[in-house]
Amino acid sequence: MTTRYTRDHEWIRLDGDVAVVGITGYAQEQLGDIVYVELPEPGQALKKGSEFCVVESVKAASEVYAPISGEVVEVNAALGNQPGTVNESPEGDGWLVRLKPADKAEIDGLMDADAYAAFLETI
Amino acid sequence: MADITSDDLRETPLAALHRELGARMVPFAGYAMPVQYPTGIIAEHNQVRTAAGLFDVSHMGQALLVGPDHETTARALEALAPGDFLGLGFGKERYSLLLTEDGGIIDDLMVTRPLDPDLDGTLMLVVNAARKEIDYADLNARLPKSVRLEPREDRALLALQGPEAATALARHIDDLGEPGFMTARPAILDGVPVELFRSGYTGEDGFEISLDADKAEAVARAVLAEPEVGPIGLGARDSLRLEAGLCLYGHDIDVTTTPVEADLLFAIPKRRREEGGFPGADHILRQIAEGPGRKRVGLRLDGRAPAREGAAIRELSGAHLGSVTSGGFGPTVGGPIAMGYVDAAFAEPGTALAIEVRGRDLPATVVALPFVPNRYFRKPKT
Repeated sequence: MTTRYTRDHEWIRLDGDVAVVGITGYAQEQLGDIVYVELPEPGQALKKGSEFCVVESVKAASEVYAPISGEVVEVNAALGNQPGTVNESPEGDGWLVRLKPADKAEIDGLMDADAYAAFLETI
Repeated sequence: MADITSDDLRETPLAALHRELGARMVPFAGYAMPVQYPTGIIAEHNQVRTAAGLFDVSHMGQALLVGPDHETTARALEALAPGDFLGLGFGKERYSLLLTEDGGIIDDLMVTRPLDPDLDGTLMLVVNAARKEIDYADLNARLPKSVRLEPREDRALLALQGPEAATALARHIDDLGEPGFMTARPAILDGVPVELFRSGYTGEDGFEISLDADKAEAVARAVLAEPEVGPIGLGARDSLRLEAGLCLYGHDIDVTTTPVEADLLFAIPKRRREEGGFPGADHILRQIAEGPGRKRVGLRLDGRAPAREGAAIRELSGAHLGSVTSGGFGPTVGGPIAMGYVDAAFAEPGTALAIEVRGRDLPATVVALPFVPNRYFRKPKT
């Protein structure tokens, strides 16, 4: 399954019926050393574009926005003790939440890797 | 994420070197400054705690106060700041505060009497970058005619900090010896005349090096070439000073805070407390006698979530006590730390409080400052 990206530097990837969400390599690099991740509760309903998570670096706190609407089915609890995993593996072990999409088609409306790379060139 | 534009920003003499080293440049006090290098803030922080790091602090304001003799210059500054400059020895450096008539803090600064008796009547000042214009206008307005302010815009300032700073520097200064903490002297660094201060803003041993701006890059490159030394940005400078319990102007202190509230009484020595004669003395001396209504304290949060500047500090019952003035993650502490003001009755270390972060009250405890014990150089007793 391909990974899709938002202009707010989140990524989302379908894994069966569930979508995995995290922040991009570009986002973690801009934030710098991540020292705390505030995750939502499983069961929480997210609306596309709503703030659902806060990632804190040494310097500042940054909100993470839901790429699509859906329900949180799992959070990456390992980040509680190892928030730096988001820096080391932002699109792998540093995932934030798994969502049950309200409408899978919302994912297709997001940028693919090439479009996101082109978008980064414009920043 | 905010966009960074370089419009209208001033640069230090090391701007090209910062970019060459891969620094991320951000606006700070009107200057483009390195916030971090590719290794990142935590690695840079640890570099300074365990070895040595070089900071560019050329944005800070360096100036001379020049009068006919030491007594005249010292008395002129004593009328504006509560330090004992009259009694300052040759080559001695002091932390001090420019005060308003209400006892508020216009700026904090370093004041040094040159080692060379031929320069008697001169005091060397280092003030905050963001306050230079205000400080200089205030000094020009309040100094007597016999003492003049000479800003030194042609000077750069480097800070070499960390337990191995002296070892690294000794390879570039033949007769470095063991200058004491808070002393200053001229030196020759790789053939370049510098003024060397044994002081800093990290809680570690280290030096601050004032030199001609056009020599700064060569000196910085030579010092960075030492195996103990890495480049350090403003991000780690902030986390290091916070762990050391040191105030950042405009955050932990400003014109609305007094030295008593800010717990900076060490900057008002005995003679000045007895004699007064500095701006705001009535208010400040009354606060010393009666105790301030509020006090700057150190705070530890129980969990991992950092509390940032502006976060409300509350009594466990919910009553508002003050707010966080500096807060973040302490890499050496290994958790969130903060400083802020609370009602004096809640300033005792061990007091349990709550700090509001994103709408939730997180448990926190008042702790003694500094968070990390300082390791300033002390001469071995002989």
